[in-house]
Amino acid sequence: MAEITLQDIIKEENLVYSRTKVMTPNELHYCPGCGHGTAHRLIAEVIEEMGIQEQTVGVTPVGCSVLMYNYMDIDMQEAAHGRAPAVATGIKRVMPDKYVFTYQGDGDLAAIGTAETIHSCNRGENICIFFINNGIYGMTGGQMAPTTLEGMASSTSPFGRDVSMMGNPIKMTELVAQLAGTYFVTRHSVHTPRNVRRAKKAIRQAFENQKAGKGVSFVEIVSNCNSGWKMPPVKANEWMEENMFPFYKLGDIKVDGKLVEK
Amino acid sequence: MKGNEAIAEAAIREGVDAYFGYPITPQSEVIEYLMSEKPHERTGMVVLQAESELAAINMVYGAAGTGRKVMTSSSSPGISLKMEGISYIAGSELPCVIVNVVRGGPGLGTIQPGQCDYFQATKGGGHGDYRLIVLAPASVQEMADFIETGYDLAFKYRNPVMILSDGIIGQMMEKVELKPQKKRFTPEEIINKYPWATTGKPKSRERNIITSLELIAAKQEAFNQKLIKKYQEIQENEIKYEALNTDDADYILVAYGSVARICMNAMEEARAKGIKVGLIRPITLFPFPTPIISKLADKVKGFMSVEMSAGQMVEDIRLAVNGRKPVEFYGRQGGMIPAPEDIVIALEQKLIGG
Repeated sequence: MAEITLQDIIKEENLVYSRTKVMTPNELHYCPGCGHGTAHRLIAEVIEEMGIQEQTVGVTPVGCSVLMYNYMDIDMQEAAHGRAPAVATGIKRVMPDKYVFTYQGDGDLAAIGTAETIHSCNRGENICIFFINNGIYGMTGGQMAPTTLEGMASSTSPFGRDVSMMGNPIKMTELVAQLAGTYFVTRHSVHTPRNVRRAKKAIRQAFENQKAGKGVSFVEIVSNCNSGWKMPPVKANEWMEENMFPFYKLGDIKVDGKLVEK
Repeated sequence: MKGNEAIAEAAIREGVDAYFGYPITPQSEVIEYLMSEKPHERTGMVVLQAESELAAINMVYGAAGTGRKVMTSSSSPGISLKMEGISYIAGSELPCVIVNVVRGGPGLGTIQPGQCDYFQATKGGGHGDYRLIVLAPASVQEMADFIETGYDLAFKYRNPVMILSDGIIGQMMEKVELKPQKKRFTPEEIINKYPWATTGKPKSRERNIITSLELIAAKQEAFNQKLIKKYQEIQENEIKYEALNTDDADYILVAYGSVARICMNAMEEARAKGIKVGLIRPITLFPFPTPIISKLADKVKGFMSVEMSAGQMVEDIRLAVNGRKPVEFYGRQGGMIPAPEDIVIALEQKLIGG
């Protein structure tokens, strides 16, 4: 029997895992340990699995993920800060048979774009909104976000967020769940394999809802920002579990247009 | 028909795919007319009342990025809110038509007509180096006609076009001849006509990205130079103006929009008094009709800009004349409208007497 070489093994049929074709080979610019890359990949995988690459148009935000269009092999538009849901509304209204999604951070979606978020959700635009919440402005260097926890330090709340002076962290996901136009509202994370699988299921559900014309599917992903939080990745994930999750509770908030009873 | 209604009807007949707007006086009739006409039944046109001017202009951005004919309208304070989006649209080289039915300002100002947004319209308005193509209608007929002209230019140059009207033209009723209904382009026609549009990426092409972001300075500068070249091309090819009685004129009035109409009366009054007055009415404000004004500067005794502003277009006339002849200004503000006799008096005092 002839000896099996490495070259014999590297064959298409032996592949057990590969990059989804909906992602480009470009190297991600995100910090090591950041959740953006995983969230991007999950969206790309769902698009590939549903076979909707040709029918999908994405809208990127202003923030760390502004360059998402470098990584997704689909048509994309780059929105002004906070305006992604309005841009998505414009796209979807003239191409109702396409799949349209926004991908936004907490500063983009929950601060400067609050009106666009609330009203696109309230109108029930038939789009998916993916909301990455890491409680901080990552790209501009770790300033306080609308979702920064009470007591949490940032470069503009260096002694911790004092809610009497700086206001309270906002739960946008619970807020939009109250609106008639949202059909599916859920909160996940991507820091463990188990959570990744759950998040992917939710993303798939969001696109399936859009296919069925159900209105807004809103998927929040609570994520870390080791650079902004000034922690190594593993520690950041632990800190997220201990501090973010008790306030931003994971799980479904609204399913099939009905609030989930707790 | 009112000017605002004419522009709305012309948009339906042009085969516009979508209108996104927010009510503001004195242009709310545009969206009211569109809603009452049910254009989604007539042509399939989308009409949506947004939650703000900010949202409306960003809906325009999104829909324009798909290669559709998209439109919004507003009045001065609302146009200021749209400026962020307009800068992005210019920076992403998307075609669209934006109507400004100008009212007096600054701030909340007045709901009466004005021409005080000239600088904002012609010099960019939002942040960054960019230009809009600016058309100035002087009649209800032109309100309707400039929709077609506007889309032709917007798609020819992939550049936002602004129709700079005012409260007089918007609210005034005149007879208007409307063009027959054009068919909206099908999704397939759009894909073939506009290969840059984000219509969904087929395997046969690279992905399309609509963005105004470029982090590498040298590449951003190269893009700026591309825009500069485009604006020069527009200046070389797209100037439109109307010249009245300029052949024998000693003095030239320069006015656009509704004020040009008033100046026609002023010109007649002056001629009845024996003063040889001509009129240049810029129809495009960007590109500004610099060459004709420069040419006239060699043969006339002086110019007077008449505006419903504190003196904005007068600066472009002075640049064209370049010190060769006096260039005076007469204007009213705050929603006050200049009367023909006051224009003649100003001409006599500022140019002839002086």
